Amino acid sequence: MPHQKRNTILFLLLTLGLIFLFFVNISLGSITIPFKEIYTSLTGGQASKSTWEYIIINYRLPKAITAVLVGMGLSISGLLMQTLFRNPLAGPDVLGLSSGASLGVAFVILSASLLPSFLSTILLSSYGIVLASTLGSTAVLLLVLLVSQRLRDTMAILIVGLMFGSFTSAIVGVLTYFSSAEQLQKFTFWSLGNLGNLSWTSILILSVCVGIGLFLSIFSIKSLNALLLGENYARSLGLNFKKARLIIIFATSILAGSITAYVGPIAFVGLAVPHIAKLIFKTSDHSVLYWSTLLLGAAIMLICDAISQMPGMEITLPINAVTSIFGAPIVVWLLVRKRKMMG
Amino acid sequence: MNNILTTSNLSIGYKTKKSTVTIAENLNLNLQEGKLIALIGANGIGKSTLLRTITGIQKPLHGDAFLNGKKISSYEPLELAQNLSIVLTEKLPPSNLTVFELVALGRQPYTNWIGTLSADDIEKVNIALELTQISHLATKKHYEISDGQLQKVLIARALAQDTPLIILDEPTTHLDLLHKVALFKLLKKLTHETGKCILFSTHDIDMAIQLSDEMIIMTPETVVQDEPCNLISKGSFNTLFKDEHIVFDSEKGKFLIR
Repeated sequence: MPHQKRNTILFLLLTLGLIFLFFVNISLGSITIPFKEIYTSLTGGQASKSTWEYIIINYRLPKAITAVLVGMGLSISGLLMQTLFRNPLAGPDVLGLSSGASLGVAFVILSASLLPSFLSTILLSSYGIVLASTLGSTAVLLLVLLVSQRLRDTMAILIVGLMFGSFTSAIVGVLTYFSSAEQLQKFTFWSLGNLGNLSWTSILILSVCVGIGLFLSIFSIKSLNALLLGENYARSLGLNFKKARLIIIFATSILAGSITAYVGPIAFVGLAVPHIAKLIFKTSDHSVLYWSTLLLGAAIMLICDAISQMPGMEITLPINAVTSIFGAPIVVWLLVRKRKMMG
Repeated sequence: MNNILTTSNLSIGYKTKKSTVTIAENLNLNLQEGKLIALIGANGIGKSTLLRTITGIQKPLHGDAFLNGKKISSYEPLELAQNLSIVLTEKLPPSNLTVFELVALGRQPYTNWIGTLSADDIEKVNIALELTQISHLATKKHYEISDGQLQKVLIARALAQDTPLIILDEPTTHLDLLHKVALFKLLKKLTHETGKCILFSTHDIDMAIQLSDEMIIMTPETVVQDEPCNLISKGSFNTLFKDEHIVFDSEKGKFLIR
């Protein structure tokens, strides 16, 4: 079939593009390092300046790997949500997972002054924030699972997620009212997203979480394809709907929860990337969409990160601002242009 | 003739916390292979409840429905999917599925964990496309075709599922006269050529009388199953609507309005 050939070429191009972007991402930054030196440090050799090697191994490489993990994880969780909820506007943030993480972090950062000092020092460490964020998104996950057992209607779960989002932002609003300027600044920085602060240990933990999520998603490909016909047809095809839905929700939660915990809530990637994949590959078959979304997600996140570094300038833009500036118009454009094929 | 689906003293209805609502009692239906069977009844009489019960979505109040001699409720989801396929009235969610891909989803009960189509699966899909005469649409997106064509695609999907029994919920709604007739004829052809049993609910009673092998008439009092000509001579159609202005003309075989 001709479109199979087309897909093979597209996948090849995407993979090459991703490798290229990965190296470009590492070579960009406020300090210019020659390409040859980057290659030497990455392959284990000695760069001519030890600071260059240090920057690459301990700063740029972890950041690029984080970008790849974040892009893959968020995009796949968006793809799962959009098919499960039969809604082109679904994404990890819509389920309320990001809001849950935000609430956890807001509680820790903004109410730290109310707690005894030794507790607040522990809580305000980076581990405390990661823990709070994970707890927050897990709490929402449990709530969503509880609701999904009660409600047969998937649209209702979506609305519950949205309501939870509003509820959380209200609570965060109340908390900011009682907190100091310094605390507020800290929370704002977290909520703007940051790919760059992860230690190798954190990256390892994040990789395991994202790995589990992506692995579970591969096993959901067949169920997702059945769900393209809607719940009732999917059941008539022998799908154990409750079990499939549980696996999909769990995969989304572990992806979105762990990523938000480490890098903050990153907007629009989960929503926009699956649509771009659907537009390029012109299919709804998840065995194609899965891999294309995976590769595109990583590539787009690397591009966004490269833009946020503002090559040649001293300043760095918050990653969330970059993804929103590019993501929001793309979604609007997609909605206007291709209404029928969204999904 | 082999029985595909039988019910013994089946009672259908709903159980709420306080009371039990019985819609129909003591149903003894018998669906045989190679037969096209129409289910008719006024709106709200419980056709959907009956279909839901015999497809295993809803539990019966009393009695049982047997598919190939085995209780419907004791089927595993996958096993049931290999014995019973359905065509629903609900709209498909938006997607990029092509006609071929949509029909191929009917092979899911037989494919491996990731859904790869084998050569055998592809052949079954192509046969289903040919039987429903939509091979030329195979590469079209499912939203690019007309309602009548889409209905055929959904039937082809059920055929690809390769089950002895296909149940369709009001397949002729939204279609004009020409396409209604074409669809009825297609269903008739399929039962005779493939030996499957096809049960469908419909409001197009005149056409069902002319084209189906048997009919099941649901009224508040009884549920009867027989051949259309026997039902006419028994006067069963007059019990269908409780309205003095609607009368069934047994000579013309259709309803008249007074």
